[in-house]
Amino acid sequence: MMSPGAAVTVALTALRVNALRSFLAMLGVIIGVGAVIVMISVSQGARAAVEEQISALGANTLNVRPGSRNMGGRRGGAGSAQMLSDADAAALRDEVPYITAAAGFMSERSVTAVADGMNWSSELMGSHPDLFAIRGWTPAEGRFFDMTEFDGSARVAVIGRTVSRELFPAGGAVGAALRINGVPMEIIGVLEERGQSSWGQDQDDIIIIPTTTMRGRVSGMNWPGVRDPVQTITLQIDSARNMEAATAEVEEVLRIRRGISPGAEDNFSVVNFAEFLRARSETEQQLGLLLGITAAISLLVGGIGIMNIMLVSVTERTREIGLRLAIGARQGDVRNQFLVEAVVLCLTGGLMGLGLGIGAAYWVQSLEIFQVSVEPMIALVAIGAAAGVGIVFGFYPAHQASRLNPIDALRYE
Amino acid sequence: MSDQPLIRARELTRVYRLGGGDVHALRGVDCDIAGGDYVAVMGASGSGKSTFMNMMGALDTPTSGELVIAGQSLLNRRPDELSKFRNETVGFVFQQFNLLPRTTALDNVALPLLYRGTSSKERRERAAACLEMVGLGERMDHHPSQLSGGQQQRVAIARALSNEPKILLADEPTGALDTKTSEDVMDIFDNLNASGITIILVTHEHDVGERAKRRITFRDGVIVEDTQ
Repeated sequence: MMSPGAAVTVALTALRVNALRSFLAMLGVIIGVGAVIVMISVSQGARAAVEEQISALGANTLNVRPGSRNMGGRRGGAGSAQMLSDADAAALRDEVPYITAAAGFMSERSVTAVADGMNWSSELMGSHPDLFAIRGWTPAEGRFFDMTEFDGSARVAVIGRTVSRELFPAGGAVGAALRINGVPMEIIGVLEERGQSSWGQDQDDIIIIPTTTMRGRVSGMNWPGVRDPVQTITLQIDSARNMEAATAEVEEVLRIRRGISPGAEDNFSVVNFAEFLRARSETEQQLGLLLGITAAISLLVGGIGIMNIMLVSVTERTREIGLRLAIGARQGDVRNQFLVEAVVLCLTGGLMGLGLGIGAAYWVQSLEIFQVSVEPMIALVAIGAAAGVGIVFGFYPAHQASRLNPIDALRYE
Repeated sequence: MSDQPLIRARELTRVYRLGGGDVHALRGVDCDIAGGDYVAVMGASGSGKSTFMNMMGALDTPTSGELVIAGQSLLNRRPDELSKFRNETVGFVFQQFNLLPRTTALDNVALPLLYRGTSSKERRERAAACLEMVGLGERMDHHPSQLSGGQQQRVAIARALSNEPKILLADEPTGALDTKTSEDVMDIFDNLNASGITIILVTHEHDVGERAKRRITFRDGVIVEDTQ
């Protein structure tokens, strides 16, 4: 029997002889594998984006907002419904057994921060100290504010990396003075860098101060009839299993607190954002499946191209096959020769497709429509798919070649 | 030397079943060929000489009869067994050379050794030695297209010799060559036979046939003349 190394050498020689034709035959596989790579990168990117958003929210959290979840005709916008308050957060923490932490917060899109002669426009967030723990945030420098500072409306601020970089290019933010809309504050900590959110927002462009300080001194946000209002309450639930039960109990407690009569519609909503994201991710995975089918069809077409060119090659080289059989090639040798040729053809195409696919994936990423994730494992997928196509579609022509009668093959014109 | 001839054929028949009926290519051939013999097989086309040659080279097997070559019966053998037999026992030289294009003379000559699993170093060494033997030691890296017809046929002879066969089978080896080149090629055959290799060649040229020690003539599927 011929050694495997010799078989590959023979195959490479044959392919080099017909370089252009080999390349054209490979095109289908190149495009097919490229499509598979793009498909996987996009769907993994979508999944990664969802996981990132979920982890940014903190594990097992529920968000409560004013305004109804349903788009009913009588419903106003979220802002027009009665605000939630710190008291609501405290009541939920005390009355609902599954809740391990509750934190109300509010935010203002754009405030002007001035420090050291520099100024920067940033998002201001007023928050309960527990939010840091719920979100899993850690300080990169300094510390976060505590309950004493919260209760005392202390003028303390925690800033994000971007704010720190813009206002203190030379460093030394912690301990420095900061004016927010003219109100002086002391910077006590810098948040660890979190980077861009999956929708492209800079998560480090933020200033966080106690809700009490924000309400009393900075934005003057108030709401008729509501003491200590907050825009959102984030609840941490002890386990993913209890999310539904917790949702039901939160709704019950809030309906009583807000005096909603039985049968009337909620004027607040409890959102399991992680669940919402996962549902959206399922849609994206179905899109991925559709892409997968398209990729499979491209590979099938590519495989048929390979089979076609191999059949042509077998016919053209009938005399060569006859000669090889005459001088001692066994049927298996001839079959392997053509099979190896088909696989080498497909693998070469697969590697080109890998390059094409990765290039296309990065191009898609540059369009900033989808998040794309190109993982090293994808090379294995490309090689596996290409080799598989080579074996499946190369087998028939190779088998045909091995079954030739040496006398007829030698006489073939 | 044993008493057994190198090739022993008894009552060989070969029937091709075609759509229009059976064709009897061989109708009972008896023939012994001793080791070291030099045989010219002659006859008109359709006489059965090609079928006979194919059987000597184990490319074809008899429909009935008895055929023993180098101690092995060639009846009812599987294709792979016949391949192994050809690789070990016979060397082929064809009228149209049948060299692989875009492949060096050296690699063409080494081809039979590829199917034996010979190491690549030994393949090269043996192929080079065979090319030296036919006087092409200087042209090992040439492709067939860079060689003349006579040189191509010498490469083909070197290929037939690389596996050290007991029998060299040549089918019209000078059919595509001019007179002068034909003589050079026939000189090589003469020398090879002198060194002990059994040669069987098919030819319709009488001056080529004259060089052989023995001439077997076929007509209508049987041997009609056998002159030593």
